[in-house]
Order: sequence, then C-alpha cells, then structure tokens
Amino acid sequence: MKVTLFITCFNDTLFPQTGQAVVKLLERLGHSVEFPLEQTCCGQMHFNTGYQRESIPLARHFVEVFGDAEIVVSPSASCVGMVREFYPRLAEVSRDPKLARAVAALIPRVYELSELLVNKLGIEDVGAYYPHRVTYHPTCHSLRMIRVGDAPLRLLRKVRSIDLVELPNAEECCGFGGTFAIKNADTSMAMLGDKVRNVLDTHAEVCVAADNSCLMQIGGALHRQRAGVRPVHLAEILATTEEDGR
Amino acid sequence: MSRSNSKFHIPLTFQESARAALENTQLRRNLGKATQTIRAKRASVVDELPDWQELREAGRAIKERTLRHLDEYLLQLEAAVQRAGGQVHWARDAIEANRIVAGIVLEHGASEVIKVKSLTTDEIRMNEALGQHGVTAIETDLAELIIQLAHEESSHILVPAIHKNRAEIRTLFMHTLGISELSDEPAELAAVARRYLRTKFLSVPVATSGVNFAVAATGTIAVVESEGNGRMCLTLPEVLISIMGIEKVIPGWQDFEVFLQLLPRSSTGERMNPYTSFWTGVHPGDGPQAFHLVLLDNGRSRVLADHIGRQTLNCIRCSACLNVCPVYERTGGHAYNSVYPGPIGAILTPQLLGVERAGSLPYASSLCGACYDVCPVKINIPEVLVHLRAQVVRHKQTSEGIKGKLDPEAIGMRLLARVFRSPERYEQAQKLARLGQIPFARRGIIERLPPPLNVWTTMRDLQAVPRQTFRDWWRKRRVFGSVPKADADGVGDADGVDAEAAAAGRRNV
Ligand code: SF4
Repeated sequence: MKVTLFITCFNDTLFPQTGQAVVKLLERLGHSVEFPLEQTCCGQMHFNTGYQRESIPLARHFVEVFGDAEIVVSPSASCVGMVREFYPRLAEVSRDPKLARAVAALIPRVYELSELLVNKLGIEDVGAYYPHRVTYHPTCHSLRMIRVGDAPLRLLRKVRSIDLVELPNAEECCGFGGTFAIKNADTSMAMLGDKVRNVLDTHAEVCVAADNSCLMQIGGALHRQRAGVRPVHLAEILATTEEDGR
Repeated sequence: MSRSNSKFHIPLTFQESARAALENTQLRRNLGKATQTIRAKRASVVDELPDWQELREAGRAIKERTLRHLDEYLLQLEAAVQRAGGQVHWARDAIEANRIVAGIVLEHGASEVIKVKSLTTDEIRMNEALGQHGVTAIETDLAELIIQLAHEESSHILVPAIHKNRAEIRTLFMHTLGISELSDEPAELAAVARRYLRTKFLSVPVATSGVNFAVAATGTIAVVESEGNGRMCLTLPEVLISIMGIEKVIPGWQDFEVFLQLLPRSSTGERMNPYTSFWTGVHPGDGPQAFHLVLLDNGRSRVLADHIGRQTLNCIRCSACLNVCPVYERTGGHAYNSVYPGPIGAILTPQLLGVERAGSLPYASSLCGACYDVCPVKINIPEVLVHLRAQVVRHKQTSEGIKGKLDPEAIGMRLLARVFRSPERYEQAQKLARLGQIPFARRGIIERLPPPLNVWTTMRDLQAVPRQTFRDWWRKRRVFGSVPKADADGVGDADGVDAEAAAAGRRNV
C-alpha cells in the first residue's frame, strides 16, 4: 500500500528520528512511503489557542497537500485529532463549502500510526525487538480524542524482549496542552510533577507515548532531574529490530 | 466578610489565583484524596449500568430538545405553577431576582431565611443582597454551613468544603459555635451542626431553594439532596421561594427516569440519592402556604443564542467534571473566582459574564478531555473551550485597538501562521530556529531560555533543534536512493554528524 506521511511540523523540526522510524517500519512491513515536501503544520496550536481565523489557511493547505493521498499516516495523535475533530469546524467557520467537502472526503483516510497498524492493517506483531524496561503513557488525545484504545499497547506487548510495566494513573494528563504549559505554567508544572513521580515509581528506563509533544514535557522534567529515564516515541520502539544491536 | 470580595466580579486571572492555591500543600492533599475517592466510586456505579452510554445520549437529547423550545416550556411551566396555587416571577438578571426575593421576605416580616444549598442563589449573591435589607440567610447544607461559618467561598459545586479536612472543620466549629469539647469524628461534627440547625428549621418562617428540575407539564419542582436538610426547608416554613435558571425546565415526568439515574451516579457515586423532594404549588394545611418561583435569565438566553455554547445549558450540575479534572484537582475551586469552578465553570462563567470579564477561564484547561468523557449529558467541554478562546482572541483583536494589535502573542501567532502558509518560509524558519538557539544549546539540550520562554525552562530541559530536519533527511535519502542501513534507524546519516547530534539530544531529553 502507498502511505503518505504527515510528519507534523513539530516532529519534522525537533524529532526527525521519529519520522525516520515510521519510514523504516512501514517499509519493513512492505509498504511504500510518500512524503510531500509541501507540508507544513496542521494549525493545531493556532486553533487551540483561539487563533481560529489564522488556522483556516493552514487547514486549506493541508487539504491541498494530502487531498489525493490513499492513506495518510502521522506519528502524532494530537495532530490527527486536530484534522479529524476540528477541521470540520474550521470549514464551517470559514463558510467555504468546498473546503468542507474536501475535509469530509479526506478525514476517513487519515490515521495515527498505531491505528493504522492495528485497526486498519490488522498487524500487532511488527517484528520489533527492544530489550528495555518500558512504561506507556497514553496521551490524552490518543485516548480521548481519537480513541486509539489499546492499539499502542497491543503493539508493545508483541515487541520481543520488552519489559512493559504499567504506569500508575496513566490516563491523567501530563500537563502539556500546547500553550497551556506556558499560559498556565504553574498548574502545568504541578500536573507534570505528579506524572513524573508516577513514571519514576515504575522504575522504567524508557517512557513511551504516541506523541512527541507530551514526551517533550515529561522528558524535559526527567532530564532536568537527571532521572535516568528517556522518552521514546512509539514508532522508534516499533522500528527497532534485533539487527540494530540495541 | 470575605464572601463579598469575589464571586462574580473576577478580580484576578485564573493563573494568578492558581499560583497561590498550588502553594497550599494541605489543600492539594485534601483535594487529591477527595476527588480520587469520588472518582473511583462514580466509576464503579457507572460500570454497573450496561446502558450508561444510551442514558447519557437520552439525557443530552432531552436537554437539547427542551432548549430548542425553551420559550414554550417556560410558559407551560408558568401556567402549571399558577394553576397549582404558586406565583411565578421573571427575572432578567441578578438585581431583579434579588429585588423579587427581598420583596417577598420583607412582605412576610422575616429577618432570617433558611436556605437549601443552591448554586443559583450563590450566582446572584442572594445572601449579600438580603443582608443589605437586614435579612440573614442561613445555609443548612452541612458543607455550605461550614463555608458560611468560615467566611469562605465554596470550592466545589457539590462538596463546597472539599478543600477542608476534618481537623480543620473541628477547629472551625469550636471557634464559631462556642463549643469547648469536640472530636473530629464525622458523626460528632454532624451532631453539632444538627443541633444548631434544628433551632433554625423550627423557628424561621421563610425558606429559599434552588431547583434541580422543574416539570413544565405539571409545574412540579424537584430538589435532589443527600442530607435531608433541604427537605426540612421545603416543608417546615410558611413561605417557600425557589429560584431557578431558566434552563432547569424539563418537559414531563417521564424525563426523571433518565435524570434521576444520571445525576446521583455522576455526582456522589450513589445509585440513588437519599432525598428527592417534589412539590407542586401549595396545599392547604400541608407544607408552605405560599410558594414563589423565580425564573432567572442572567445571561442564559445569550448562551442559548450561541449554537456551540448552547450545550453548556445541558448541565445538571453533577460535578463529575470537577472530580476528574487534573487542573481542578490541583488548584481547587477558588482559583476560578466564580461560583462555578472546574471545567463547567471554565465554560459557563465566561459565557454568563462575557469573555471580556473572564477571559482567562477558557484557558484553564489542558484540553485533556476527561470532563467530556464523564459528563452525563455529553457537554463537549473541550469544544466549547476552544470556541470561547476564539472569542477571547477576537475580542482582543477587535476591541482593544492598538494594544490588542501589539499583543506579543497575537503578533507571534500571526507571524507563525504566515510562516506555515508557505513551505519555503517554513523551511527558512526551521533554519532560523537552529541559528537562534546557538547561544542556549549545549550538547543538544537547552537548559535556560530568555523570557518569556523561560517559563518552559524553569522546570524542564528542552530538546534543541537538531541540525537535520526530517525533510532534509528525506531529501538526501531520495538523492542517494536507498538509505545505508545505519541511517534507517535514525542514528546514522548521510553526513553523519547531524543525525548523531539529533540522536544524542533525543536520547537524553
Ligand atoms: S458539565 Fe456535565 S459533568 Fe460537569 S457538572 Fe455539568 S453535567 Fe456534570
């Protein structure tokens, strides 16, 4: 199958290794990956902060870039959520029926990575090998917005040599929330503090999630504390095989 | 009395008030414990019902249909109440409502009124308004009484004293009720309150209440409570004044089937609430001999007119959203500076007051969505939050003139939107970010940033922008055909150094 990658501006700029992992993984599973270089940003930050008008052109750009794709996949639950949940609203606000039609036609073809693998392709064992103690943080948007359910866990459970441990209060928000972390810095830190405490309680060496934004928040605090736990995106674990020698 | 210093004037932003609350470790502990307990209880009783999702959908549908024909249902309610011997008053805002209530109280020559716990009367600051006429309003709900005696504001819509523990309540009772010996056993604390309240129930001639539901077809009013104190207020006095927001009307009796399942399970985690009182008009020789119903708008018809905000009026004030909200759990209710705290407060208050007066509240959420999942009437709180944020921004841009235009956030957002509109500008910006961070980045990590970005780096390190973006990697890969093995897992790269830096940074942060 031909899969078109929506990397997200955040991953493109800050976490290129996540995108590389997605490419490696999908190609290993026998799919071909396309990457339209015209892509930029889905507009989530603008939309969530209240700059709705400013995010309309970004939605329009997204639809232009990905409109013809057979399947769009993204290693970010929150950006997929933006497209799926809020693009119809943006189309409504813009009063552009053409945009509304394009959005409606595109949405059923947009998937988050674990959704694509488990729900669409029916794969749980991707042949990965990862000999580390890992705890999984289900991000709010993967859990409650796009509802990936336990797809990431199903994939992780099939990873060879992994020591998967449950995170206490896993479903509670890490306090990132985009500009929330800046606008409500004190509250964000209080939430983060509790999340980090829970991660440390697991004695895991790796904290995994399906969104690098949340991982940046959790990982940022873990690193500040020199806690010895590294944040790793789900795609990177799934892409790792025995031949990689780690 | 500190009750006068906030409620519906928003003196501080959420951020400012939250900062103070977050410092209070006792409050954090009390709140964390209480919300976790009630969360678990709710989850277990909700799991018992196989048709919970259908019930939620039914609740939402009834509310939505009622709101669509609100004018008709209200007129129907008015006629039914009058038929049953009650009087109906319409109040556009808090001032009108208070004038009506005070008028009735004074007419009966009362200097005290007893109250059933009610958010609506808090919303209009009725106690204060009555105080100005020399009338004392006495709270009879145990938690409300605690708050009243402590001269504090409520911090939870259902459990107003949730931020206090037993030891704190014991001390409060000893000081305010003049008791010398008292333990912190709940039974003993309740007994003290009971003795105090008994004298009031038996002597005060006028009572006020809120309304949980009002049946349009029959004019029947319902109040749902846990302690029975409400029932005393509803039956013992001579005069009863009930004040309801206009959205509390439901069409008919059979609608209770849905709401009396949804409400107690969502709010206190009980299968059925202990006391549900219904009354219709007046009955000679039985209960209050005069009944007044005040229908309060106070901004609600404006909320109704907004097609996204409207769902806020579905709310049955169960408080489930407060109990699951990670923001509320840490800041408590006072940080919201409103009688309606938590997620529901973050959307209701700015709509009732206008975003220009409560513009920080729609941002008091990380949009985690936990509130939407538990809401028994399916209010999509995150959707309303972002809708209101858009109004805040629009207000800033259109009515604050040059100040709004020069707002650094607005400038930044406009600039970024411009960047994202063009792939060329976007790639230039990526390069600029890499250059701009040079003074701050060490071994792929940024530990300190200048204001305002230092907000991030006070508690967290930041991943530096690696030298190679994903798109750069992709381009090279295309040029070189298939990627050398080491590259594919993101460690190696066509020119080695870049991806190594990326990987180093990534693995550390
Ligand atoms: S918004 Fe929903 S969950 Fe929150 S108090 Fe109202 S009905 Fe309950």
